[in-house]
Amino acid sequence: MLQGHQTWVFENRPVIISSAAVGGPFESKGKLAKDFDLLHGDLWLGQDSYEKAEKKLLEEACETAIKKAGLKKEDIQIFVSGDLINQIIPSNFAARTLGIPFIGIYGACSSSMEGLALASLMVDSRFAEFVLVGTSSHNAASEKQYRYPTEYGSQKPPTAQWTVTGAGAAIVAQEGEGPRVTCATIGRIVDMGLSDPFNMGAAMAPAAVDTIEAHIRDLDIDPSEYDLIATGDLGKVGHRIAGDLLKKHGIHIPEEKLTDCGILIYQEDQPVQAGGSGCACAATTTFGHFLNRMRKGELKKILVVATGALLSPMSYQQKESIPCIAHAVSIEM
Amino acid sequence: MSNKKRKKLTPTQQEYQDFASAREPKRPIFKNCLKAFLVGGIICTIGQGLIWFFMTYFDFNEKTAGSPTSSVLIFLSVLFTGLGFYDHIAQWAGAGTAIPVTGFANTIASAAIEHRSEGFVLGVGGNMFKIAGPVIVYGVFSAFVVAIIKVTIEMLGGM
Repeated sequence: MLQGHQTWVFENRPVIISSAAVGGPFESKGKLAKDFDLLHGDLWLGQDSYEKAEKKLLEEACETAIKKAGLKKEDIQIFVSGDLINQIIPSNFAARTLGIPFIGIYGACSSSMEGLALASLMVDSRFAEFVLVGTSSHNAASEKQYRYPTEYGSQKPPTAQWTVTGAGAAIVAQEGEGPRVTCATIGRIVDMGLSDPFNMGAAMAPAAVDTIEAHIRDLDIDPSEYDLIATGDLGKVGHRIAGDLLKKHGIHIPEEKLTDCGILIYQEDQPVQAGGSGCACAATTTFGHFLNRMRKGELKKILVVATGALLSPMSYQQKESIPCIAHAVSIEM
Repeated sequence: MSNKKRKKLTPTQQEYQDFASAREPKRPIFKNCLKAFLVGGIICTIGQGLIWFFMTYFDFNEKTAGSPTSSVLIFLSVLFTGLGFYDHIAQWAGAGTAIPVTGFANTIASAAIEHRSEGFVLGVGGNMFKIAGPVIVYGVFSAFVVAIIKVTIEMLGGM
């Protein structure tokens, strides 16, 4: 049911009956390594291209989630997935392998929560019993498409971010045990005229703030109701800006409750500049780390605000600014 | 950012950009310059050593020793790119590894490696000069313009 201007409240409270996170070599050295179901030591995953490696990551995450739920592929009615590669080929090809009716989405790094919101909507409205939602990103495949060749020796500025190699998947169901999706706020595009692809955090921060504000306004709640409000991949730079911007707008979220997946995922000493980014950043942190903590009872109610920068390599070359978006999903145990 | 670009922004966008840039870490320009000077200098010193080597042990003079020297440096750069640690040195050294001939070799080798998965013709062949291409195009073009100017001045009896 729509509440306020842009928030969906799910009356039947769809359940996330299982979730899975798969990561690459860099993630295995990160802070959240123990929350991954599967970690790969090789960036290629034994494939002959990075794109195929990304598809494999997504397939593994989906298969693990299905297995953990004790289901078979045939039990799932819809697969919702998105990623960063042109024409979302890892998602399309993973859907080919899975053979589940498929809806491809593109919300850049916000795809994980866009997918989870849509999956919850389908389950809540009883258009599906089980929906599988997945997203992936691959560091080298993204660098290749958006920036320079991986081995090219360019110096990255301190505001740059590191695309997470990994994939996250979850199964949303009508009944079962597990964290429940209670509501979702669909974001609108916010473009503050920034155009530097090496400073995505600053570009995306206003979108995250806009969605958080809308969420609070639509539901008329106090943000301190949440145990945790996590933005998707703002990194250190964007996180600081978002925190200050929220204060400026009169929204007071205690500092320890506002966090960012891009900061959580890697160690302080890993050379990732401002932090992690990519579809898999919010996906693996949410479907791995956060949901694990919820199942353990450490967190009761969280809001994940996945942020996405909707640029293309061509729009950047044509000197367009970066339109940004953020989708928020509230999960309760 | 240039003033022209700023003028197109709305006041809200301008206000936000000031707000954001006050909270962004700046590139450590002085430190980067020092590192670039150090690494660039070391690469050039190695180059000078190679020139002396080719002049002492082979039949090269100061003018012709440049070619085998560049070849050795290019070979080393391509090797380090292929072994996967040139980009790590470059993150530390910045312009120090980008400016000498090693940087140019790295742009070509890295693009060739990157696009190997799309095949030898459309992948490696088509993308090898993706980064180096503009340098060659505008390098050759500006050499042409400078040469025209020089010839014109000479014809007018200037030099």
